[in-house]
Amino acid sequence: MKLDSNKKLDIKELLKDLDSYRPKRRGWHWREGRNEVRTVGDFEFHQTSEGLKNSIPLPGSRGFHYIDPQPDCVVTTEIASGRFEDDVRRMRMAAWHGADHIMVIRTAGQSHIDSLIEGTTQGIGGIAVTRKQCRASRKALDMIEEEVGREINFHSYISGVAGPDIAVMFAEEGINGAHQDPQYNVLYRNVNMVRSFTDACEAKKIMAWADMLQIDGAHNANATAMKAWKVRPELMVQHGINSIFSRKVGIKPENIALSTVPPTAPPAPCMRIDLPYAVALRDLFSEYKMRAQQHTKYMESDMREATVTHTMNLMISRLTSADVQSTITPDEGRNVPWHYNNIAALMTTKQAMNGMDGLKEMVKLDREGPLGTEVRELKERAILFMEEMLEVGGYFKAVESGFFIDSGYYPERNGDGIPRQIDGGIGVGMIFERDKDYFAPVSVHYGYNNIPAELNGKASAAIGGDTFEDPSKIVYVDELDEFDNVNTRLKEVEKYYDTNLVKPEVEWRADGIVCTTIFLPLDERTAEFAAIKCGEKLGLEDVTVVHKQVLHPSEGTYVEIKGKVKFDINIDELVIPEKVPVLSEEEIRDDIAVRPLFVVAATVGQDEHSVGLKETLDIKHGGIEKYGVKYLYLGTSCPVEKLVDAAIETNADAILASTIITHDDVHVKNMRKLHELCIEKGIRDRIIICCGGTQVTNEIAKEAGMDAGFGRGTKGIDVASFMVKRRREMQNEN
Amino acid sequence: MKRADDYEVRRQHLKDMTDEELKQRFWELAEKIVEPMLELGYKNTTPSVERSVLLRMGFSSLEVKPIVDGVIKKGLMSKGAGNVVWRLSKKLGISVREAGVGLADGKYWDDVDGLF
Repeated sequence: MKLDSNKKLDIKELLKDLDSYRPKRRGWHWREGRNEVRTVGDFEFHQTSEGLKNSIPLPGSRGFHYIDPQPDCVVTTEIASGRFEDDVRRMRMAAWHGADHIMVIRTAGQSHIDSLIEGTTQGIGGIAVTRKQCRASRKALDMIEEEVGREINFHSYISGVAGPDIAVMFAEEGINGAHQDPQYNVLYRNVNMVRSFTDACEAKKIMAWADMLQIDGAHNANATAMKAWKVRPELMVQHGINSIFSRKVGIKPENIALSTVPPTAPPAPCMRIDLPYAVALRDLFSEYKMRAQQHTKYMESDMREATVTHTMNLMISRLTSADVQSTITPDEGRNVPWHYNNIAALMTTKQAMNGMDGLKEMVKLDREGPLGTEVRELKERAILFMEEMLEVGGYFKAVESGFFIDSGYYPERNGDGIPRQIDGGIGVGMIFERDKDYFAPVSVHYGYNNIPAELNGKASAAIGGDTFEDPSKIVYVDELDEFDNVNTRLKEVEKYYDTNLVKPEVEWRADGIVCTTIFLPLDERTAEFAAIKCGEKLGLEDVTVVHKQVLHPSEGTYVEIKGKVKFDINIDELVIPEKVPVLSEEEIRDDIAVRPLFVVAATVGQDEHSVGLKETLDIKHGGIEKYGVKYLYLGTSCPVEKLVDAAIETNADAILASTIITHDDVHVKNMRKLHELCIEKGIRDRIIICCGGTQVTNEIAKEAGMDAGFGRGTKGIDVASFMVKRRREMQNEN
Repeated sequence: MKRADDYEVRRQHLKDMTDEELKQRFWELAEKIVEPMLELGYKNTTPSVERSVLLRMGFSSLEVKPIVDGVIKKGLMSKGAGNVVWRLSKKLGISVREAGVGLADGKYWDDVDGLF
């Protein structure tokens, strides 16, 4: 199965022969070609990696020949809608926008299930991480990475009371990275401490064999603590414990990553708090990798606010370092991420990282001032924390006394930490001391293993090799639930699979959800209910307010609502104007060489926008000049009269007018005026008039009397081709 | 416990250290803290560790659970669940896969008794 960019990923095809599918490779993959100066388009980049075979560049790239430089670090997106069959489509979209680390969140409660789970049951806030879901997703990613031309890392969680089970399944299924941190189990999942660390030894040993990148769970302290910036010393301790513990078990330092998040956000003076923390971490953990996460703790439902905070986080990454740059969708404060918000977060990240390429070469962190003092203090506080842990009797005693997640800035203590007891929690009493003749007949195992002498030190020889050595031994379990599975779900939306019917969606195929923005000249509470009424009158079902922003207590409120549409769209019934075919470059050039074409051009009205028109004209941007058209450019804010007069004076063949501003339909009025003035001056029947602008369409322009209109994405060739064709028509008309 | 911030008092022994010495101190302490946990992992096992062994021996998640539950009931976790299956297969002269599937189905448990 190979992907074709012009075709959708065929889910039914994907599900075929899964029982025998083996992943292409295992192990983590860093981007190729980092630390190289790279020329992309007109620019030299200092912090990029190899480009992609297929990708979608940033909107602003239009002014730069559609370049799409890829930052040097791995970029993460978190996808988990509860239905993996919908997630894989989003993974493909994300990969085209530069994601090469796809993190799959687990369904609520999976960490308390004392075994692997199987099948494709629908999850809540994530998917049930099962062998089938992992295998199908990895299979999809194996194809997607071929399509974009870059390895994609697949990632999930090895935590809870089935850590080693999951680690084995991940290793077998080619999962490339995972969160693994026994402290997370203890503090947030109330798993017994001894159980958690004992399981972690085996899980980490397996991860080391599978060459997976490990990310710790320290960032959770940040999300849990009342005042996230106060737990910075403790976070450093948590990172330290998991890093050294993992290393001692056998994971190489370059596969150990810290999950670090800037702890605050505006209106706090976050740079002054978050930057020293980032620097202190990179000082102490210089041998390990930084997975820079974006901030969520103080995130509300405002996507604009979240994007600004995330951009500041990205600045910290660029001022310090990031090996893996994670992204948080700007809608995480309102719902489980929607398709296009994963992409929005990826675009924010690519945009900011491209923009700040090489920033560190020009801006130096000043360690002589408050930054240095703060960095030093953070390190000392972390050390004092660990000294006291040892004083009270070590990690377990410290947890029992509520050392962790205390809201005090250590050594300050507020007595509100999360205490866990060594003889308490989930899985207590399920720890067994190994006897002298304990034996585990597998190739990878942590701890004491009495391998019988007859096996010559090779434990798995007892069974003729284990699944790591002979993957054909892996037992694949398909579905266990007759009703809750992917086949049932696919049947439910059957009529939208490769048919002429379509419905809007944000998360699942044909979920019907749309989001609308509304301004109402009302106070907040009245506006909220008026907005819901608006949605209902628009024909939406289940209308809810997802965000509101007071602009003034009485003058007005901005509201965003979501709701479900009740209809399907039949794409066969759509009236889509045919795309005008353009002449070949050669034909245009030949025509103009024989009969020169002269145009006058300007941005009309009180409008200072010049980029679009200049690109249409200028040879450098593939404008009409490239085809031999000569032009007179009158600049911006040009009165319509002046443009027409210039056309008469120069005996121009065509007028090209640009109009961007649409306030009070001024763009339409200008077009009409242009048309009428040319009639008045008696030149309309012998001159071509074209208008362009971001809000202009061919239909709007023609209705306003133009010969043609050109909107977004127009290139010089479109305009040149039209003028040549129109001139031929006019010749025939005359 | 509640305590005011006494950082200035506590840091006296650290304040003259160089950054490099501080870093060294940080890692020495971290190493000391994790020693007992590594030791626990070395000498103990858990149902999850044993299930992970059985998975790698070629059993499904549905099969490994009843095997480990049975091994716990027999008081043989200290021997290793994989070890139980392996020794059973040798004793009965059947394949490891047959032995494990049998145990998962509730068979052969009487034969387990004499294995150790």
